[in-house]
Amino acid sequence: MIRLVASIFFAAAAAIASTNAASAMTIEKIVSPGGIEAWLVREKSLPLVTLNYAFHGGASQDDADKAGTANLTADLLDEGAGELDGKTFHERLENRAIEMSFQVGRDYIYGSLRTLNDNRDEAFDLLRLALTNPRFDADAIDRIRGQTMATLQRDTTNPNDLASRRWWQTAFPDHPYGRESKGTLESVPRITAADLREYVRRVFARNELKVSIVGDVDAKTAGMLIDRAFGALPAKNDLKPIANATPTGLGKRIVINVDVPQAVVTFGGQGIARQDPEFMAAYIVNHILGGGSFSSRLYREVREKRGLAYGVSDSLVWFRRAAVMLGGTATRADRTADALAVIEQEVKRMAEEGPTPEELAAAKSFLKGSYALSLDTSGKIAAQLTQIQIDDLGIDYVHRRSALIDAVTIEDAKRVAKRLYGGGLLVTVAGKPKGLTSSGTTE
Amino acid sequence: MLTHDRNIFRPKNVLFKTNLTLIALVTAIATPSLAAGPEVASSTLANGLELVVIPDHRAPVVTHMIWYKVGAADETPGKSGLAHFLEHLMFKGTAKNPTGKFSQVVARIGGQENAFTSQDYTGYYQRVPSDQLKTVMEFEADRMTGLQLTDDVVLPERNVILEEQNQRIGNNPRARLGEQIDAALYLNNPYGKPVIGWRHEMEELSRDDAIGFYRRFYAPNNAVVVIAGDVDPAKARALAEETYGKIPRHGNIAPRVRAQEPPPVAARTLTLADPRAEIPTLQREYLVPSFVTGKRGESTALEVLAHILGSGSNSRLYLGLVVDKQVAVAANAWYDASTLDLSKFTVGGSPRPGVTLPQLEAETDAIIAQVIEKGVTAEELERAKTRLIADAVYAQDNQASMARWYGTALTTGGSVNDVKNWPDRIRAVTAEQVQDAARQWLDKRRSVTGYLVKDVSPQAEKRS
Repeated sequence: MIRLVASIFFAAAAAIASTNAASAMTIEKIVSPGGIEAWLVREKSLPLVTLNYAFHGGASQDDADKAGTANLTADLLDEGAGELDGKTFHERLENRAIEMSFQVGRDYIYGSLRTLNDNRDEAFDLLRLALTNPRFDADAIDRIRGQTMATLQRDTTNPNDLASRRWWQTAFPDHPYGRESKGTLESVPRITAADLREYVRRVFARNELKVSIVGDVDAKTAGMLIDRAFGALPAKNDLKPIANATPTGLGKRIVINVDVPQAVVTFGGQGIARQDPEFMAAYIVNHILGGGSFSSRLYREVREKRGLAYGVSDSLVWFRRAAVMLGGTATRADRTADALAVIEQEVKRMAEEGPTPEELAAAKSFLKGSYALSLDTSGKIAAQLTQIQIDDLGIDYVHRRSALIDAVTIEDAKRVAKRLYGGGLLVTVAGKPKGLTSSGTTE
Repeated sequence: MLTHDRNIFRPKNVLFKTNLTLIALVTAIATPSLAAGPEVASSTLANGLELVVIPDHRAPVVTHMIWYKVGAADETPGKSGLAHFLEHLMFKGTAKNPTGKFSQVVARIGGQENAFTSQDYTGYYQRVPSDQLKTVMEFEADRMTGLQLTDDVVLPERNVILEEQNQRIGNNPRARLGEQIDAALYLNNPYGKPVIGWRHEMEELSRDDAIGFYRRFYAPNNAVVVIAGDVDPAKARALAEETYGKIPRHGNIAPRVRAQEPPPVAARTLTLADPRAEIPTLQREYLVPSFVTGKRGESTALEVLAHILGSGSNSRLYLGLVVDKQVAVAANAWYDASTLDLSKFTVGGSPRPGVTLPQLEAETDAIIAQVIEKGVTAEELERAKTRLIADAVYAQDNQASMARWYGTALTTGGSVNDVKNWPDRIRAVTAEQVQDAARQWLDKRRSVTGYLVKDVSPQAEKRS
């Protein structure tokens, strides 16, 4: 689920910049006849509708001994609903080329729906069935559980999964955020049909539902479609509270032995809440350290100058109850210690010195300019509107974003760099790294 | 987690579904306004550079791609991985624009960039605000002939591609299996070599190898520029003249004539034992025609066949093996029509616990035999066509996808019209053609069957 979180994060981050693309795009707040609020962008040039939505209550709602419940639910929603068994449901989707998908994050369960305009009534009807009346037939549960177990079994020797799981377990022990959303080989067999139904009952409700719709559809029709899909849901969800948490284990290094030619490294530290006044400064600074472009410090030092890895990057990841900075790389066994030393040195240097004014200016320019690229398909627009709603940034945020970026000064950047990177890193390594052992831990 | 920059792009079914695809237009399901599709403009400059423009004015951004008609299959024997290595080195600067300058400028204007290599093509792209199109065209034109390389930058980058090989192949048992099957399938054609290269040859690649390859293949008359997004075709053409148009034609680009396959006569099997293979895998590849090597309609029938046989929850393999017989946790099929030489049709799956690979293979064979003997139903055919043709409409929502499909087609023997007509060709496929395709091409003698199993031998620990 880390990948999912990271990509959602990136989408959100990109969405909040503003250029002429932002002003060209009109986001309309609509309320359906049934009282459900949604954000709409009309795009008339293609006969499509793309819906994106999120319910509060993701994998963190799972009981510890039944981790993977939300994930299994999401995988089963299109495996039969109402009068339609799984086979018929899939046929109905494909006969009209309707695309329906669900994805589980730690705090939210996300969904998307894409359809040609001619088929949208059928599409929204099928979605209603999936959300309000999933069947959870025994044979379907057995089959999908078997697929999940195969994936989990495969993960046991996959260095990426080993390093990542151990990182989260160590950073958030005894907290839902420390668990893998897919669950474990022990927990997934325990999940029953009743657990899946209970998850649906507690999570799928109209309050805390965020909806975005993009396409060739007017406000009135959009409202009716939204009611068609979501109108029959209960008014209120029934969620377990999740405690606030901060990552622990900073300063530790944990080596997991697995026989692979290349060691996989996960590293991370404390992050910053999305609502923190210094978030934007932190976001810019992290872009300079290890963000996605070919000019970050980590990319330059680890890959470009030394050829130690094919990829290296980090990002800020935030949840409702915690925030982290998280990164990774993969490097050959005899140079893993070197790569890690370079990463730790760069993080430390950023904490102590902050970015240069030139780096700050270049990063601001990138973050403002790249906004339009994140809004060039209906799916991207819809996903970002949902994330902006989740983060409670306001419908005008796309227009305010550039000014917020411009307002960050070099002093802000240096101050937040110290705050963000001064706490040290928790590092997990899966592989056979030469000369590298666990440290700062009793394991 | 990792950024997959400058990655190898290997055509898989994702692309393939919409493969030579598509611009599309679609009478059956699209509205009349769409029926014409975007006005794709194509032309050729005096120096031989092909230009394709796909207007999409919804957002003020543009995707600019250059595709060179050279890939891993064009490497000299013994130099595997060179096409991809050069792709990485293309970011190392020119006399005019030193190392990193191009990427810095792209980043400053808020752009994205990347590059990719396949057996048949090498591509570079930037996605930028549309008022910056000329800037990236100038840079890209400059590095078409101006690349300068020294060992200072070449040697660290060779370590990068070796790490990429570890990441993609070495650490991934299923990727290792695929590499072995490809090598066994192609007896004579260079598609049997991995795009990333064989490690022992990658380790020896030099600056001179890279520059030599570059001088042979990088030229305006061996390139296709595809621009999709917020641009007017006439303006794009003028910019192309100002930038790429100034580069002289290469006098001596050798035609891409590669060693061809003899008729396949023997079913081949192999087993890869890997200590990390927790879940066994069955994978079979058949040697089959591509769009350009096949007779009219053959590749289209294979595309429909692959969809019906192994794409998604309604497919024969999924319903038969995963749902009904419950012998597999996964089962699928895919086919890539966009290759310059003979392509492959792939079938694969993973058994349920307690089921052996030979059992899964036998059940898979039974399903294939049923398609060969009884054909496909009218309902299956209609559903597959609807889904494939809809992909062509959905594709228009994504300018980068559109650019990629045109680029793929034009570097693997297709034309702009072939792309435009793809939905019509899909629509014309009959049940008989699908059955014929299965009968003719899904013949075991044309195939390699691979098993991935867990290596439990005591020596396994010592291997790396």
